[in-house]
Amino acid sequence: MVPLSYYLLLSGILFACGVLGFLIKRNIITIFMSIELMLNAVNLSFVAFAAHWHSLAGQVFVFFVMVVAAAEAAVGLAIIISVYRTRETLNVDQVNLLKL
Amino acid sequence: MLSIHLILFLAFGAIAVAGAVNLLVQTHPINSALSLIAVMAALAGEYLLLGAEFVAAVQVIVYAGAIMVLFVFVIMLLNAGVEEHTKGSRVAIVFGIPGMLVGSLLLAWVVLKHSGTQSVPVGALPGAPRTIGPLLFHEFLLPFEITSILILIAIMGAVVLASKPTATGGPAKKVQD
Repeated sequence: MVPLSYYLLLSGILFACGVLGFLIKRNIITIFMSIELMLNAVNLSFVAFAAHWHSLAGQVFVFFVMVVAAAEAAVGLAIIISVYRTRETLNVDQVNLLKL
Repeated sequence: MLSIHLILFLAFGAIAVAGAVNLLVQTHPINSALSLIAVMAALAGEYLLLGAEFVAAVQVIVYAGAIMVLFVFVIMLLNAGVEEHTKGSRVAIVFGIPGMLVGSLLLAWVVLKHSGTQSVPVGALPGAPRTIGPLLFHEFLLPFEITSILILIAIMGAVVLASKPTATGGPAKKVQD
C-alpha cells in the first residue's frame, strides 16, 4: 500500500524539474525534452488518480496524452531542424527574430 | 513496516528523480536524452505498480522507444554540441530556482495536507489490454478516431517542415543578402 500523496509528490517533483529545465536550459532540444518530462509527470498523476478512484478512464487519457506527445515530438523536431537550417544555431538566445 | 510495494515505489521514484536532475545538470543534449530515457523506464515501473500494464507497455514502446529515438536522431543529425551559456540564462536561474522551490514546497504542503492517508491498493484496478480495449473502442471511440487524423496531420506537417528547400521555395528557404 503506497499512499496516493507519494505518487502526487513524485509527479510534482518531476514536473518542477521539467519547468526548471524549460527555464534554465539554452539548447532548444533540451528545452523540448523538458516539455516531455512535464508530460510524463502529468501522466503519472493521471494513472495514480485512476487507481485511486477505480476508473479506467484515467488510463485511457494517458494513452491519448501519449498520442498527442508523439505528434508534438514529430512536428516539434521538424521545426527544430527547420530553425537550425535557417539560423545554424540551437541556442534559443540567438533565435530572437521572427523573420530573417 | 516497509512493504515490498513501498520499497519498489521508492526505488523507481529515486531513479526517476535522479534522471530528471541529471537531465538538468548535463550540458550535452545526448546525455540529457539518455537520462530522460531512464526517467521514462522508471515511470513504466511505477505504472506497473499501479496495475496499469497497458500504459506501462505503451510508455516503453512509444515514449522510451519511438519518441526518444526521434530525439537522438535529431541530436545526431544536427550535430548538437555542448550548451553554451549566455547572459540571459542567469536571469532565468535567479528567478527560476527560487520560484521552483517555493512552488514545489507549496504543492507538497497542499498534497500532504489534503490527501490524508488514503492509499492506492496494489492491483485493485487491472489495466490490462483486455479491459482497456473495449473502453477505447466503445466509450472513447470518437477521440480515438480523431487522434488518427491528428497523427496524419502531424506526419504531413513534419515532412513539409523538415523537407529540403526546393527551387520553387520551400518552407525552410534561406534568405540571401
